[in-house]
Amino acid sequence: MTSVSIRDLTLKFGSLEVLKSLNLDIDEGEFLVLLGPSGCGKSTLLNCIAGLLDISDGQIFIGGNNVTWSEPSERGIGMVFQSYALYPQMTVEGNLAFGLKNARMPKDQIAERIARAAEVLQIEPLLKRKPAQLSGGQRQRVAIGRALVRDVDVFLFDEPLSNLDAKLRAELRVEIKRLHHRLKNTMIYVTHDQIEALTLADRIAIMRNGIIQQLDTPHEIYNRPVNLYVAGFMGSPGMNFIEGDITHHSEAAINFGSTRIPLERYPFIRSDRPEKAIFGIRPEHVSCGAAAAGEPFTADVEIEVVEPMGADTLVWAVLDGKEFRFRVDGQSPLRAGETARIGFDPAKASIFDMATELRL
Amino acid sequence: MTDVTSLNAPHAVTTRRLDGPSGAKPKRAISPRNVFIYGTLLLVSVYYLLPLYVMIVTSLKGMPEIRLGNIFAPPVEVTFEPWVKAWATACTGLNCDGLSRGFWNSVQITVPSVILSIAIASVNGYALANWRFKGADVFFTILIFGAFIPYQVMLYPIVILLRELGIYGTLWGLILVHTIFGMPILTLLFRNYFTSVPEELFKAARVDGAGFWGIYFKIMLPMSLPIFVVAMIIQITGVWNDFLFGVVYTKPDVYPMTVQLNNIVNSVQGVKEYNVNMAATIITGLVPLIVYFVSGKLFVRGIAAGAVKG
Repeated sequence: MTSVSIRDLTLKFGSLEVLKSLNLDIDEGEFLVLLGPSGCGKSTLLNCIAGLLDISDGQIFIGGNNVTWSEPSERGIGMVFQSYALYPQMTVEGNLAFGLKNARMPKDQIAERIARAAEVLQIEPLLKRKPAQLSGGQRQRVAIGRALVRDVDVFLFDEPLSNLDAKLRAELRVEIKRLHHRLKNTMIYVTHDQIEALTLADRIAIMRNGIIQQLDTPHEIYNRPVNLYVAGFMGSPGMNFIEGDITHHSEAAINFGSTRIPLERYPFIRSDRPEKAIFGIRPEHVSCGAAAAGEPFTADVEIEVVEPMGADTLVWAVLDGKEFRFRVDGQSPLRAGETARIGFDPAKASIFDMATELRL
Repeated sequence: MTDVTSLNAPHAVTTRRLDGPSGAKPKRAISPRNVFIYGTLLLVSVYYLLPLYVMIVTSLKGMPEIRLGNIFAPPVEVTFEPWVKAWATACTGLNCDGLSRGFWNSVQITVPSVILSIAIASVNGYALANWRFKGADVFFTILIFGAFIPYQVMLYPIVILLRELGIYGTLWGLILVHTIFGMPILTLLFRNYFTSVPEELFKAARVDGAGFWGIYFKIMLPMSLPIFVVAMIIQITGVWNDFLFGVVYTKPDVYPMTVQLNNIVNSVQGVKEYNVNMAATIITGLVPLIVYFVSGKLFVRGIAAGAVKG
């Protein structure tokens, strides 16, 4: 069943179109991540769903109700903000109770709700404290609790972990995922962090300039990006892109310099073959040394820079005059200035039409 | 002793400090820099405090002693007579009950003016900062423009306006004028403060179902004590020290303290009683002075908070 549904949503600030006739259906209990660089409209979209921004055109349905003109509090949503947005003068308990008091809920029922939320989030010892006396992680927990007590169908997260340090972010990420498994609410989560997106999402919507570029499972988005933008955005370090010419006399191949990469194993999704194309392969799909020998394509590269990152090492090399990055094991003995043998399977690659930047 | 033994122990040799500067750099108490800074501060303080000193000293002297002409000399014979006279018996026009009448008038003018203007201006500022209604910017520009129009231009039109309203010459007329003229600067002050409150807080409150007044009273008000104190100080001093509106829009029996002070000091008949004049002036200035001293810390904090953004 559909939980949140967005029809032809358009938002204009003056003459600037921030969201362009956007359509989106989110299933009940789904964890959807809106991912994109800053200024792509992802937070704006979330604010529109929450009712904090008045839309210019289109419709929004939440839980089967048309909420296009409803107040934020009437939409059955709870929202968690990046800066926590806890009311500084109220205790944690007051923060949790605020929304319920506004809804004129009886006192005993409020206490019951708070007790339950505090138990779920393990913030019972903090209830009497003020937000200023809490750590960043605790504050974010309270902020989640504020959405939780309202017993809503849809949770909206606006970059909730961006203000936390790396370690805490990883911890809370798991906790949000656990919370989702437990509550089974619909969750819409905005982030610019692809790790958060990949780890949390059932589906990811990658946005750019107010348009959803690709809406799919993390696996699909990572392995089969629909266009050059998505391919470049997902993955860190980014995908290697090499411009080349496609030939297909006897069998399809892509050529650049004196290198020829055979493409008979590549699963083309389109039948047309433009001449110019961009070949993309992720650094982690390249093998090196002895492992390279078994791959369908092998080549020698000159190593320029080696970046050890602990668990693995990123190698910046040159493949036939083009910059080429690949990832090797952290124990690798590779040194700058050496030549290494690399190999990969073109089946794992992505090829894009140079003109349209769409996947071939 | 333990230090010495550990120093002499063979393994401690490696940790011994080398010759030359070590630890915190010593600071000289009397350096050219300190002399310059404190010298300047002292000079400026004396410059500002000397007139006050003269006033206090003079107000404690009797007239014969003042006639000797040593205005910096402390009083030989301390008398509080001038203070009593200034407060209770000095004559202004027909009344001879001193400043006390003006003091109570001023209190009756200041308290409602301050409360009214702050109440309205804070709601204005909140609406302008957080509820971006259509035409908000135009409205704001007009309001700020009001702050730049010289008061003299509006004196007479307001006289007519008050007359038509039937409150010319009354305390309430003056209160209305003060409330209106406090509006531009106070609205600006509150708007800038509320803009600096994180927008997400406001959004969170809306998601939590609070409306215009709910957010104002339960979220914004409790967060804005410093700016309310600043606004209060600005208004109390402004209204209390006002002379022009007081003399134009009121009648003698409801004159505020400043107008009465002027009438005492500038009376042309009889001897100039400098001691009474000084005492009367200090009494008049005492209220703003006390307000500053009591809330100085909050004032600075509020000014700084309002200055960050907008």
